[in-house]
Amino acid sequence: MLAELEQLKARAFSELDVIDNLKHLEEWRLRYLGRKGSLTLVLRGLSGLPLEERRVVGAAANEIKAALEAGLKQKQDSLKEQSLAVALQKSRIDVTLPGYPVNVGRFHPTTQTIREVCAVFASMGFQVIEGPEVEWDYYNFEALNIPRDHPARDMWATLWVEAPEGENPMLLRTHTSPMQIRLMEKTRPPVRAVIPGKTYRYEATDATHESMFYQIEGLAVDRGITMGDLKGTLFEFARRVFGEERRARFRCDYFPFVEPGVEMAIDCWVCRGKGCRLCGNTGWIEILGAGMVHPQVLRRVDYDPDVYSGFAFGVGVERIPMLRYGIEDIRLFYGNDLRFLKQF
Amino acid sequence: MKVSLNWLRDYVDLAQPVKELADRLTMSGNEVKGVEIVGQTWDNIVVGQIAAVEPHPNADRLTLVTVDLGMERSTVVCGAPNVRVGDKVPFAKVGAYLIDGHTGERVQLKAAKIRGIVSEGMACSEKELGISDSHEGLMILPAEAPVGVPLADYLGDAVLDMDITPNRPDCLSVIGIAREVAALTRKEARVPAVHYDEEGPPIEQKVSVEIVDADLCRRYCASLIEGVKIGDSPPWIQQRLLACGMRPINNVVDITNYVMLEYGQPLHAFDFGQIGGGKIIVRRASEGERITSLDGVDRTLTSDMLVIADSVIPVAIAGVMGGADSEVIGITRSILLESANFNPASIRRTSMNLKLRSEASLRFERGISPELTLRALRRATQLILELGGGTAARGVIDVYPGRRDPRRIQFPLWQVKRLLGIEMKMDQVSEILGSLGFECRPQGPSEVEVTVPYWRVDVSEAADLVEELARIVGYDYIPTTTMSGPLPGPQFDPQVTVREKLREFMVGCGFQEVISYSLVSLERLAVAGPVKEALRVANPLSREQEYLRTSLWPSLLAVLGSNQRHEEGGIRLFEIGKAYLRRGDDLPEEREVLGGVVSGPRSGVSWLGPQGWLDFFDIKGVVDALLDRLGIEADFRPVEKETLHPGRAAEVVVGDEVIGLMGEVHPRLVESLDLLPQTVAIFELEIPKLASRAGLGRGYRPLSRFPESDRDIAVVVDTEVPAKKVMDIIKGFPLVTRVTLFDVYTGAQIPPGKKSLAFRVVYQSTTHTLTDEEIQGLERDIVARLSQETGAVLRSR
Ligand SMILES: [Zn+2]
Repeated sequence: MLAELEQLKARAFSELDVIDNLKHLEEWRLRYLGRKGSLTLVLRGLSGLPLEERRVVGAAANEIKAALEAGLKQKQDSLKEQSLAVALQKSRIDVTLPGYPVNVGRFHPTTQTIREVCAVFASMGFQVIEGPEVEWDYYNFEALNIPRDHPARDMWATLWVEAPEGENPMLLRTHTSPMQIRLMEKTRPPVRAVIPGKTYRYEATDATHESMFYQIEGLAVDRGITMGDLKGTLFEFARRVFGEERRARFRCDYFPFVEPGVEMAIDCWVCRGKGCRLCGNTGWIEILGAGMVHPQVLRRVDYDPDVYSGFAFGVGVERIPMLRYGIEDIRLFYGNDLRFLKQF
Repeated sequence: MKVSLNWLRDYVDLAQPVKELADRLTMSGNEVKGVEIVGQTWDNIVVGQIAAVEPHPNADRLTLVTVDLGMERSTVVCGAPNVRVGDKVPFAKVGAYLIDGHTGERVQLKAAKIRGIVSEGMACSEKELGISDSHEGLMILPAEAPVGVPLADYLGDAVLDMDITPNRPDCLSVIGIAREVAALTRKEARVPAVHYDEEGPPIEQKVSVEIVDADLCRRYCASLIEGVKIGDSPPWIQQRLLACGMRPINNVVDITNYVMLEYGQPLHAFDFGQIGGGKIIVRRASEGERITSLDGVDRTLTSDMLVIADSVIPVAIAGVMGGADSEVIGITRSILLESANFNPASIRRTSMNLKLRSEASLRFERGISPELTLRALRRATQLILELGGGTAARGVIDVYPGRRDPRRIQFPLWQVKRLLGIEMKMDQVSEILGSLGFECRPQGPSEVEVTVPYWRVDVSEAADLVEELARIVGYDYIPTTTMSGPLPGPQFDPQVTVREKLREFMVGCGFQEVISYSLVSLERLAVAGPVKEALRVANPLSREQEYLRTSLWPSLLAVLGSNQRHEEGGIRLFEIGKAYLRRGDDLPEEREVLGGVVSGPRSGVSWLGPQGWLDFFDIKGVVDALLDRLGIEADFRPVEKETLHPGRAAEVVVGDEVIGLMGEVHPRLVESLDLLPQTVAIFELEIPKLASRAGLGRGYRPLSRFPESDRDIAVVVDTEVPAKKVMDIIKGFPLVTRVTLFDVYTGAQIPPGKKSLAFRVVYQSTTHTLTDEEIQGLERDIVARLSQETGAVLRSR
């Protein structure tokens, strides 16, 4: 009997060895371990044996059963492993194929620049506010110390808006500076704000001139604000926007609503000051106009110029990406050619 | 303004190289845009003197000219008509570069055999040297020109091309620039000493001047020179005028221009013989009065324009241009020289209205000092006597109704610290201001009374003086500091917050942001916005940019059109901008709107297959999600608009208010705008209305611990019944947490005029696990309500 069992075990294992799929494995299991399987029959036949023999054979049969079950388990695992490997092999792909097209939206480069610049000033405690694009002559010129028939008006070729004849003509603001007046009219110092927005000029367009463009105005008024503070603020802006190693300089310039007035330039990063095409051979690139708020402007909004002082500046927005990326035609910005816009 | 350094040297010593000088001027506020070096290319050209002239043996029209070059002589063949023994001429040796008189190209001079005679070198015309266009004859140099000296040393020059800001009319003059240079380089500026004999009769016997409109004429000075011989002005005047970009005309006119450039005071010379009655009247023109100006144009004047008239007619448009009738010409013998000062605003208005901007009007409109008139008048009179001969009448006319005392400014030194952040001592302040011509009288240790020199019309208060100090010491001198004061209170603009959220949302949805012109053509405007509410620009640059847009649609459709031909995949654009809507006589409403447009294939060409075409439901999806993001519940009401597909257009409504519009663009409009013949879907939402409602629909609901059950329910309704109405009814039931429309069907098994809507409904309770019985009960209630309110019939489960 024991010999029979040993034979059975040997046969079972030799059969198991060659099984290579789950179907045959199941047949094998039924053949040996199923309800009518050989081993099950052996165990069932034990009851007819003498007690002593029954014990010996029983133990041997149980041992074999455990061995077969272990073999079955092992085989099952290995077959599963194999079939997974086959499935994986079959589902290999060319990983270089393009994926499903995703629609990527982008901000207009002007938006990106405004956000960046305003964030720089916001971090220095400046509020970000906005104002109207259609303006009164009063805010755009008169209150900014640019009376009618003043030659300085030539600095801002103006698009006038058709409106009933009146003392105060309507126009498209030529700069964001009118917001200096509007802001100071409705608040008291301390004032610290930047004002981004669209501005307009009566100007034939070419690579460097647009009839519509964006500016960011800055204004800070309080007791004790000096040109040193203006330098500190704007030099910091220049470094944050154009690079840590940039040097900046002021030179005297004229804007009717500031006194003293300055224009700020940064050193040319292409030639490092030696002179090149970008900087017009001067080594310096002009980026903005600024100055100390003119006492006449302060008086106009009832700020006492002997008590309060402040500075103002105006930056052309498009000029920043133009310089940064070497864009040579400002008309690309509002021409909205997607081949241009998608590069930013 | 162009400034010749040779000329500048007459008034100030120039010690530094041109580049440094240009930099100093630029940094201190008078920008030098460029420097032109005259004579830079004059190697091998020297001053020669004609020693002998003989006929050419083989040619009638040529001569053999022997030129003395100091150490040597050279005989060359010459074709010029004006060779005269003794004259000094520029002489180019072999190897020099000259401009070819005929072709205008720069060529190197070689030895040449001309009609059998070898010629090594040549005497030059102005054109050949690049000085002017004159090529009629040799350039004749002044008699004092040193023979043998390189021409560049004698005639070379550097010309500064300067950008003078409108506040500095004094710098529209060589003397003005000399004063600046003197202050910047710690030198003295020299002003010409003027003296001449007045040998004629007293001027009052010949001339009278009356200022009728003194509000427009602050001062009028005149001198009279009789017996003048009109001719060419000498080379040195011509050269300086040419260097400054002015054309020489005759000696008298050239002198008026020369002195204008020198002093900054415009002058006008009248042919006194043409001044009726010897009388000058400064008065407003009568309406419609006419004058032919020096440029030959017949002009009609208006009554706000100032003229210089004789006893009968206007002889000049004051401060703008003289009249042709009294122009100084060859036969003129007597000169009435005018040096006056006119109201700047009036001159500016007149010259703008006449579209006639002259060198004179440019200076007058900037408000030059009336103190200049007499100085410039005497200088010009002297030059006319010297260069044109004649006799000056005794005395000058000087009518000066606008006389003002010199301006005095009390200047406490703390103003320097206050504006610049640096201390300056009395000595330093007095020295700098003194170098600029300001007189400083200390008033105690820390205050100074400053008298402004007459030419500095731009300086009127302490801040102006601070600028003078800053620009002379240089802005580098000012330290860089950080503001330390209190910050303004926080500001919060919900509209800006919502707007920026929308901008990010749209980019997240795969839309490209565009920014387009606020001004559009009337045709474009009419595409979408209301035309009646649009504002028009009075002086548009072009018809394309004439009206302020009342909607973003015209712009978005234009941008779509201009990109369609080169974009491969679908186009999704959005813009956040303003619509400008007339508001009576007040400034317009500038309403911020969000607009978007889509068109083309939903996905780019891909091996993964096409995804269909962009249409109404693409923008509907975006608008749905956007409203959900802002927590706004909106309705979509079918609407008919001329621009939109009649069956595919909706108003976006919240409560009773329309907050936006969306739809597919009418195929007729697609065609007329020349867009590709495919679906274009577009929307526009008003940002203020979104902002005022944003966040209202938000609310936290605790997550339920009990499972959800989902069931499908399909109903058949009339085609006209909006899906949203059905959906809203289902959503309104308690325990319904989500409703998704997953199928809309018409066709077989559905009667005509009906449609089937299939929803997945999710039920959940926060208190217990729902039983099948509960859910079935709910479903029965839902169907009953739908049937009652929409006539729906249950189709299947
Ligand atoms: Zn450079």
